[in-house]
Amino acid sequence: MLHEYGHIGILLIIALLFPMGALVTSWAFRYVGVRPFASQDPVKTDIYECGVRTEGPTQVQFNFRFYYVALLFVLFDVEIIFLFPWALVFDDLGWAAYGKGLLFIATFIVGGIYAWRKRALEWR
Amino acid sequence: MKQPFLVSDKWYDIRDLSNLSNEILHQVDRALPGEAAYILSPLLGFVFVFLLFVLPTQLYLGVLGERKIIGRMQSRYGPNRTGKFGVLQPIADAAKLLTKEALTPRYADKTIMYLAPVLFVMPAVMVWAVIPFGPEMIIADIPNSLVYYLAVSSVPTLVIFMGGWSHNNKYSLFGAIRIVAMGVSYEVPLVMALLGVVVMTGSLSLNGIVFWQDAFDIWLVALQPLAFAIFFICVSAELNRTPVDIAEAESELGSGYLTEYSGMKWGLFYGMDIAYALAASALGATIFFGGWSFFGLQDWVPSWLFFIGKLYAFYFLFIWTRGTLPRLRIDQLMAFCWKYLFPLALFNLFIVATERVIWTDGLDGEKGFVYIFAAANILATIVLVVTWARFLGYRPENQTTKPRLVNEAGGYVPVTPASGEGR
Repeated sequence: MLHEYGHIGILLIIALLFPMGALVTSWAFRYVGVRPFASQDPVKTDIYECGVRTEGPTQVQFNFRFYYVALLFVLFDVEIIFLFPWALVFDDLGWAAYGKGLLFIATFIVGGIYAWRKRALEWR
Repeated sequence: MKQPFLVSDKWYDIRDLSNLSNEILHQVDRALPGEAAYILSPLLGFVFVFLLFVLPTQLYLGVLGERKIIGRMQSRYGPNRTGKFGVLQPIADAAKLLTKEALTPRYADKTIMYLAPVLFVMPAVMVWAVIPFGPEMIIADIPNSLVYYLAVSSVPTLVIFMGGWSHNNKYSLFGAIRIVAMGVSYEVPLVMALLGVVVMTGSLSLNGIVFWQDAFDIWLVALQPLAFAIFFICVSAELNRTPVDIAEAESELGSGYLTEYSGMKWGLFYGMDIAYALAASALGATIFFGGWSFFGLQDWVPSWLFFIGKLYAFYFLFIWTRGTLPRLRIDQLMAFCWKYLFPLALFNLFIVATERVIWTDGLDGEKGFVYIFAAANILATIVLVVTWARFLGYRPENQTTKPRLVNEAGGYVPVTPASGEGR
């Protein structure tokens, strides 16, 4: 089985070399004259904002609404990871797995209902 | 794969192309001792799958076919200037991107800016490692390939954020923030829907899921239509396909995270978006449409032909939604994900688990019950979709605006040059 993971490792190396090849080819085309050198014009290399000058810092703080989304993601996605092994042994355990799985899901449904009642799902 | 007639395991038996690659590897192993064959094996897979299949399909179906089909859906021609019917358009595009001036903004973080396209391509190649083109035609036949796929295919979200952050551009950053919010939100119902598939088939391996569908003579799209609908919507959201491409909404954000990218760096993003869509079609075709199996017919006809056909059909669904549906707002998308898709995915998991436990414990896994479950699930899907929408306050009679069809507006009139207006 680890044998197969080695294939994925080799594929990873190829997958990194492949786009680098494309970028290097594109870069090398400057020296054979088919591609212009990058412009150093201060207007051209400025931040693009539809013709207006950029005001203030550009790497701004996140809106708090995205923080809610991140919390909800942590609440649900981590628990889903625990459900994958449950789904695999579902056949062997039968009704026991079914009841315990439902109980487990019920705990985070309660969390979800709490988030809903607290209006965390609204995009205000 | 049981071979009903003819010889098998010979290199010229193209019903399974792994015979051919195995023969090549065998010859290499004889000629070169050591690890040469082991290292060559994924290389061969890369050449077969990515260079010979994915890239040409991407160019001709993704770049040309998609634009043609969407053009036809929207009563226009699409690319038709480069060669007959525009067949040279992908080549022209590639040549343009390779030779174009690539601007690097002064304030950009250059390392991350150049790293992002490279890392964006990496998962697009890696996900093809576990897609079964045939019973034996997998680059890496690992037993938990579904989890591998989900893990690898969530990398682009982070990479897009890298790209958007590196430019010191507000449009890029807003697009990147949106894609992270949307990507992580839609991952929850997506994984939840696929969990139902795992419960039903008892396998985390994509090939195992295909074998299950082959053994029970049913496609999971019939057995779990709700999971399929959720999967399709969530995958288009994760891929930024047009009905939900708020991350690069050009009417609001310039071009989102791609605003400052130009030249080949942009080309890699654009091309690999299509490769991801193809990979997602491959996943959907594998899980929900039986993959390489076709009710026993795959023993006679090459199984990879079925798979490729299903992949194209699934990709056409993507093109169709892209060509017909308007873009949504981010608040609509988030509410739709958390309030609608996620509860439905939970209901789906509950139904599937109940069926499975009754089936294995009470009914001894009798094969015929699959069809009863399929009928029940199709019914349950309709009931659930309607009731949950009504629960959330959606009433069809309250929707005042109706889309106006072309026929109501006077119909489609082909434009012909007026007589006497010669050029």
